[in-house]
Amino acid sequence: MSEDHHHDHQHHHDNRYSDMQARVRALETVLTEKGLIDPGAIDAIVETYETKIGPRNGAHVVAKAWSDPDFAEWLKRDATAAIASLGYAGRQGEHMRAVFNTPDTHNLVVCTLCSCYPWSVLGLPPVWYKAPAYRSRAVIDPRGVLAEFGLTLPETRKIRVWDSTAELRYLVIPERPEGTDGMSEEALAKLVSRDSMIGTAIAGMQP
Amino acid sequence: MTVHLHEKGVFTWNEWAEALSVEVHKPGRAEDGSDYFDCWVAALSGLLVAKGVADADTILALQQSWQRAAEATPHGQRILLENDPLR
Repeated sequence: MSEDHHHDHQHHHDNRYSDMQARVRALETVLTEKGLIDPGAIDAIVETYETKIGPRNGAHVVAKAWSDPDFAEWLKRDATAAIASLGYAGRQGEHMRAVFNTPDTHNLVVCTLCSCYPWSVLGLPPVWYKAPAYRSRAVIDPRGVLAEFGLTLPETRKIRVWDSTAELRYLVIPERPEGTDGMSEEALAKLVSRDSMIGTAIAGMQP
Repeated sequence: MTVHLHEKGVFTWNEWAEALSVEVHKPGRAEDGSDYFDCWVAALSGLLVAKGVADADTILALQQSWQRAAEATPHGQRILLENDPLR
């Protein structure tokens, strides 16, 4: 629980915890007393996911797939192993599947049940990914959702929506932007945004 | 918090997914998923009780203690469990 969260709910009245806020604090207390968590460790984990792991890992995977056809082939066949070869292994032992955008098909990832997300390659999920609106509407009206993200695809382009589970997480491999021939992997990785690997953007698109 | 406990081996990821799924699909849950966080907290509480890490009475007592502590803490100061007047 971040401090911000508490502040959001405290308004300018007396201090008061809702049952739910108090329950979370109670769980933290129990677990700290049992030595199962220390608040510093939680902060360190969040920090790692936000800065070190983050979406840069995924961008590396995509840039390598664009530059190295053998790697792309491996990624299609066995994404878990191909991604692990770059040192990005899942913490929950989940399997990865890479879904490649093509001129015919655009891929979009959601988790309708909760917020399963490929943490090892994308870091912490954005708030909207966990929001009920995205989780339900991405399935019912993917084209409308993409338009709200500023991405309008040709009517002829199919949109495939992939529903993540605890065991299987998806990484979208966006199409390589035009005019990027001869660019280094490092330069290519800079064109790959987090959202382009969820499918709510394309590579090289201005955020 | 959940990921950290998983890594400590308190429960497996499948056990967590199952506990969360049960909560999300309980009758009376909001259809739009707006009570997802409630589900998350209920699932984690339930799993810790099931695993013998904490008992339900202790969690409830601490929850009430935190609420009293919050009300006893002057505005603008950090809320500490020690501020509970009954503690």
